[in-house]
Amino acid sequence: MAVTYALASEAVFASAAVLILAGAVAVITVKNPVHAAISLITTLFGVAVAFVAQSADFLAAVQIIVYAGAIVVLFLFVIMFLGVDRTRVVSLEPLIGQRALAAVGVAITVAGLVALMWRSHWVTGAPSVSGHPLASGAGNVHQLGTAVFTTYLFAFEATAALLVIAVVGAVLLARREPSEEGSPS
Amino acid sequence: MNVPAAWYLVLAALLFAVGAYGLLTRRSALIMFMCLELMLNAVNLTFVTFSRTLSDIAGQASVFFVMVVAAAEVTVGLGIVVSVFRRRSSTSVDDLTELKG
Amino acid sequence: MSLASIDPLYHHGVTGVVLLIVLVRVVVGFAVLMGSVTLMIWFERKAISDMQSRIGPQRWGPFGILQTLADGIKLFFKEDLIPAEANRFVFKLAPYLSLVPALVTFSIVPVGGTLTIAGHPVMLQIANPPVGILVMLAMSGISVYGVMLAGWASGSKYPLLSSVRASAQMISYEAALGITIVTVILVTGSLSTHNIVTSQADGIWHWNVIRLGVVPFVVFWMAITAELNRPPFDVVEAESELVGGFNTEYSSLRFALFYLAEFMNTITMSAIIVTLFFGGPAGWVPPVSHLRWVFPIIWFVAKTVFFCWCFIWFRAALPRFRYDQVMDLGWKRLIPLSLGWMLVVAGFLIKPAWGLVMAAVVLMASVALATAFERGVAREGGPRSVLAPVGRRPLPGEVLRASSDEVEQ
Repeated sequence: MAVTYALASEAVFASAAVLILAGAVAVITVKNPVHAAISLITTLFGVAVAFVAQSADFLAAVQIIVYAGAIVVLFLFVIMFLGVDRTRVVSLEPLIGQRALAAVGVAITVAGLVALMWRSHWVTGAPSVSGHPLASGAGNVHQLGTAVFTTYLFAFEATAALLVIAVVGAVLLARREPSEEGSPS
Repeated sequence: MNVPAAWYLVLAALLFAVGAYGLLTRRSALIMFMCLELMLNAVNLTFVTFSRTLSDIAGQASVFFVMVVAAAEVTVGLGIVVSVFRRRSSTSVDDLTELKG
Repeated sequence: MSLASIDPLYHHGVTGVVLLIVLVRVVVGFAVLMGSVTLMIWFERKAISDMQSRIGPQRWGPFGILQTLADGIKLFFKEDLIPAEANRFVFKLAPYLSLVPALVTFSIVPVGGTLTIAGHPVMLQIANPPVGILVMLAMSGISVYGVMLAGWASGSKYPLLSSVRASAQMISYEAALGITIVTVILVTGSLSTHNIVTSQADGIWHWNVIRLGVVPFVVFWMAITAELNRPPFDVVEAESELVGGFNTEYSSLRFALFYLAEFMNTITMSAIIVTLFFGGPAGWVPPVSHLRWVFPIIWFVAKTVFFCWCFIWFRAALPRFRYDQVMDLGWKRLIPLSLGWMLVVAGFLIKPAWGLVMAAVVLMASVALATAFERGVAREGGPRSVLAPVGRRPLPGEVLRASSDEVEQ
């Protein structure tokens, strides 16, 4: 029985990894912004799968609802709204050596991260002694809710305020001045 | 549950790399925002992985907050993109050179 | 993760029989949903004909019941057109993005009680994920893409307008939808649809529609109608303004998929309303010794058909909203109302006295809000749209100004 489970969880990891990486690479390579947004959805779904595989069910649902259901829709909305959905030429490199430099910098960062992970002993497998230990049962919605509304209450309130400020700010930014009303651009 | 945490961490590092490379090389403000989302997702994945290995809910709570902040960031960011587009008819960040001395 | 806590079927591990049961459950669910969609299309056409004093479909089968089948065969043999201006990949992808969420949402609906087959307890719902009803919210978030991308990919002006409308409308109403679902979750104390249904099983007075006061149900109903883009909120396919909406350029099987998705969504959302507010399969079971499990299913189907009929009734009876009215209703009325009601419900759940305090606070807040709205409108000389159009899409063959946007540099 255990063997089947192992196989299943590896298959889940593999599919999540394929979704995530294929989507991410497509986001930075495709020419059309709408295609990039669709690829971004692929990546977000992959991340949601990875969340479910690590028993973060609630976060997976929120991932789909907030990211795929709202943020990317907002991206697409702005792309269509501004009419910038034309294909771009991405082969041009305006600054000489920019891409090579970026690639080298990113490669060094990733190599550093992986090396750090290999050398370090953060992941000892010992459960946390501080904070709230993770429930073993399926779905830790209850636990997450308790943590958010007790330990992290201040952060929660702060993000709530942040959201309100963001909404007001976005409306002010995107809104036209009353004087421009009659003149279509 | 048998996939070691390291695999997920490497996956997250790769995702972060792709996002960072895109952010450094692409010029459209919209695509740059999407790359930013990729990087945030990579970090989220790391948080969840550590939350599982350390058996601590704090990681998941952090992801929750990252998502909220990401939503706020995109709202304001896209608002800025819209208002810039209105003045300059472009979403390319290279066109924003008015403050050059 | 222990599977047994999700579904008692997995108590004794995952064996061949259990896998077979799961497979049968999925296949039966899919087949029943597909069958009921064809019936729903026939039902809608027939009912609306009755309301408009017409006869409606009558040629194929008794009472024209096979009309949908005939239409399907006709669509199947039509030419599959892809417009020259279309973005081919997205154009082909969009119908599936529309259909899949409709199918997936139904998997969390509890259709009946629990059966015992071959010694295994079998819940009559395809899946009972721990996040339950959030799956429905997620899928309604995804279903925006079908409409949105279909309109954009068509490479035609009216479908594009339609898809921009659709995306704005569906995001707006999702907020009210989410908040009303939160009230349901508050009284249930669980996200699982199975628990939501069992908590309402003790008779009509325990149904959420009564327990929560009727307001969340009404808000949910309106929001879901807007999510479905059904009349009176069907500004997405207002034929007098937008030719035919997002699916103008679609034909043949791809159009059939959109059509199927629309009606499947109607059924699924009726089922979700029944699950959340009307006790799902709860109802009176006669004292018989055999086939007791059939009655919950009958109750469920009866309630769902009633709400399907209500959607048809709306379509026949109500004129379409104007677009700005749709947005006004969503943002300025439904969201504050559902938010206020949620606070009151939360207060009552802690202590009735707190509920009364909350009610007073909410009342004062709404008075303040209404005054602020009035002042704003008076100061600016009438309401105006925040989302005025900027930029425009070039006509086919036309080149707008040469902007550096075309070439990234």
